Amino acid sequence: MIEVDGVTKAYGSGKTRFLALDNVTVTIRKNEFFTLLGPSGCGKTTLLRVIAGFVDPTSGTVTMDGADLLKLPPYARPVNTVFQSYALFPHLTVRQNIAFGLEMLGKPRAEITQTVDEMMALVQMTKMADRQTGQISGGQQQRVALARALAPKPKVLLLDEPLSALDFKLRKDMQIELKRLQTETGITFIFVTHDQEEALTMSDRIAVMSAGAIRQIGSPRDIYDHPAERFVADFIGDTNFLPAEILSEADGVVQVRLGSGAEIAARPVEGAGRGAVTLAVRPEHATLGPEAGALLPGTLRNIVYFGTDTHYHVALDGGDSFVVRAQNQPDRASAVAEGDRVGITFPPGVGQVLRD
Amino acid sequence: MASSSGFDVRRQFGFTTIALACFVMLYLPVVLLVVYSFNAGTSVAIWEGFSLRWYRSAWENVQVQEATVRSLVLAFWASLISTSVAVMAALATTRTRPFKGYSAIFAMINQPLMVPEIVTAVALLIVFAAVKVWTGYTGLGYLVLAHSAFCIPFAYLPIRARLQGMDLSLEQAASDLYARPWQVFRRITLPQLWPGILAGAMLAFVISLDDVVITEFVKSAGQDTLPTYMLGQLRRVVTPEVNAISTVLLAISVTMVIAFFFVSRMRK
Amino acid sequence: MADLARTRERRELRTRWLLLTPALIILFIAASGPLLITLIYSFLTPGDYGGVQWKFSTDAWFNVVFQRDIFDDTLGFADAHLSIFWRSVKLSLMTTVGAVILGFPTAYFIATRPANRRDFWMLLIMIPFWTNLLIRTFAVMELIRNEGTINTVLMALGIIDEPIQMLFTEFAIMVGMLYVYLPLMVLPLYASMERLDFSLVEAGYDLYATRLAVLRRIILPLVKPGLIAGSILVFVPSLGAYVTPRVMGGGKQLMLGNLIELQFGQGRNWPLGAALSITLLAIVMVALIFYVKSAGKEEVGHG
Repeated sequence: MIEVDGVTKAYGSGKTRFLALDNVTVTIRKNEFFTLLGPSGCGKTTLLRVIAGFVDPTSGTVTMDGADLLKLPPYARPVNTVFQSYALFPHLTVRQNIAFGLEMLGKPRAEITQTVDEMMALVQMTKMADRQTGQISGGQQQRVALARALAPKPKVLLLDEPLSALDFKLRKDMQIELKRLQTETGITFIFVTHDQEEALTMSDRIAVMSAGAIRQIGSPRDIYDHPAERFVADFIGDTNFLPAEILSEADGVVQVRLGSGAEIAARPVEGAGRGAVTLAVRPEHATLGPEAGALLPGTLRNIVYFGTDTHYHVALDGGDSFVVRAQNQPDRASAVAEGDRVGITFPPGVGQVLRD
Repeated sequence: MASSSGFDVRRQFGFTTIALACFVMLYLPVVLLVVYSFNAGTSVAIWEGFSLRWYRSAWENVQVQEATVRSLVLAFWASLISTSVAVMAALATTRTRPFKGYSAIFAMINQPLMVPEIVTAVALLIVFAAVKVWTGYTGLGYLVLAHSAFCIPFAYLPIRARLQGMDLSLEQAASDLYARPWQVFRRITLPQLWPGILAGAMLAFVISLDDVVITEFVKSAGQDTLPTYMLGQLRRVVTPEVNAISTVLLAISVTMVIAFFFVSRMRK
Repeated sequence: MADLARTRERRELRTRWLLLTPALIILFIAASGPLLITLIYSFLTPGDYGGVQWKFSTDAWFNVVFQRDIFDDTLGFADAHLSIFWRSVKLSLMTTVGAVILGFPTAYFIATRPANRRDFWMLLIMIPFWTNLLIRTFAVMELIRNEGTINTVLMALGIIDEPIQMLFTEFAIMVGMLYVYLPLMVLPLYASMERLDFSLVEAGYDLYATRLAVLRRIILPLVKPGLIAGSILVFVPSLGAYVTPRVMGGGKQLMLGNLIELQFGQGRNWPLGAALSITLLAIVMVALIFYVKSAGKEEVGHG
């Protein structure tokens, strides 16, 4: 278990002072696949490097199973890193790269050979053992980097955007592969990425970061279905933002009034204000229908065909715009046309009130 | 057939001609110098047939022999010393965050590149003349010291370039994999730094081998190197023997430079 | 916590200085330190047979800067100084201009070769640069001396009857310096031309510019940093040249470097030599500071 408590990292001073990490507190559980998700510059990599020991925080503590990690230099921490650039030693072979950490730990030769063989089998690189790292493909380098970091059997594996250099197809395969390795080895993975899809498919829990702070922590489904604030809702997936007014709150459900005057139940969020709020509704959670009896009436402005689905851009009567996403059926053209009067409906409880 | 104006945006009138003339100009005198070193006659302008007589006479000239040995010994020590200290200095100035006094240190290391050689030469003459009187020592040490100093930037710059081009995450990866600082240096940094060190040492060697001005002012009596010996010879009647010595020196330098060119291009 | 970071920083600082010490000691003994002593010597009185007497005096500096016309016996001497100063600056400027005229097209030529050939052409520039300066000067000397290749060929062809006196003239010094320092112009010029985006040149032609206009209005402004760097790199060593004027000028046409040497040889006026050499250093430093300033400004401008 890693506990990060109140960690701040400041660069510069005075006017140019910049907080790469701003009072970050998070607990990462044993054996979980934990993802730090956020746009570039949000501090996710800095947090990873604080845990690895390459960055000394300005204040705060980091402990692992109760022991202070910050006192230890990188080479004494029981964590290993898979670097974004892989950082494979170019003058060593695949086998020598994987053996490096074990040699540094002073393991007996026989044990090193055995572990390295196991690791190469685990990442399916046995045939490439004596290649130079410059002679293997990007995907293979990625697997060697993984095997090298796993070989010393660290308690925690840190992965710094390890898939970003791979092409689309390979990335998909590696996502499944990584998840399999994590389940098989039982090692805690802390994974840094800016790719929301990667985060959603692999993680047990996700921490969404922005401007050096953690915005929301939760399971992928939590984060997607119930974003706590506008940044999270906007960063992950597409979202419609609607002005709304909270009328009442009871038993974890709030009743809101939309701009059109219609009223519907929505999910509340801790820390949201009273009265005027913003409601988030995912495009695929809403449906397009006739104007009569709909929650939000408006005029259809645009129909954009995407293959798997179609996006309907609606100009609401109040002046806002709204996108509805509907799955396509084979050979069935859209029943509506641009310029038609339409109505938008979504079920109670789907809308999420946001903290601003 | 399609018509075409034949317009090349990269062309400028006369540039190619001047450039090619420039290359001819750069090489013609040296080529002639080499050619006449094989002249059978005593002239450096009138060709009288092929002969190796001037190489033989240079080879048998005791002064040339001594100067050659002295030049090589000096270049060896100067490149060894300057490269060793340059490696350390390069590590101290690239592997750490920028620090106070960095630009002063950088200026000091590169001083021999900025200060005219004659100024350094005169300054060394002043100091070493006094030291020679105090200590009575007149050996090769002064030249070794002077050469080591002005070779430092030549060794330092390629090594520093190599270090800067090196992926810092490799060293971090090593320390992440439990290597202590010294192990990181031995196992990761040094093996990758070798081409830079080699390049730096070769440059230093060539620079030391070619130096005239500082050597001329620092040397004690009877401590001629090949270049100062040649400078002394120019006062007399010039025979192709000087061409022969030049050709040999040129061959060493050119070999070193081409080797340097390929070493500094070695895979990172 | 903060202590931890500070301890680590302190240890890092100590390692850094330990690593720097050997280089700095050598440089202090055989480069920086002697310069300081030279400065001190320039304020002393010359000894009778070279060396100095430890007596404070500003005579040396007076001799460098002013023309003494009160004392008849030193009048000619000061004139010689000024003419040597003037010759040094004049020949260095001419060398720089010559290097631009030859080096600019050459660098442009290399930069417009296919990418995989440029290294080869640059190697051709690098080889002379790293080969012995004395030998290269010597090669030019053999070409232009009275019994040299040019005169021999011209006489054999019957174009001239008597050899043209080229060696031991200012022209010879300039040609020699141009020859040995030309690569220093090509290197930085090439570096900035290689980065030149030729779509800008195409845009120029697209907007009705002639070749000359493209050269003047587009290429030249874009490679100005390289041009300045090259000019300084040629001017500075030309000003302090010693070997080339000695070989090509034959002791008849002195430049600053030779004048300085003279004070330590026949002149036996070490303080004057020291003062002259500090003067040379000061001029060079001004040129270098000018270069650093303009280079810094360019970077910001493009930034």
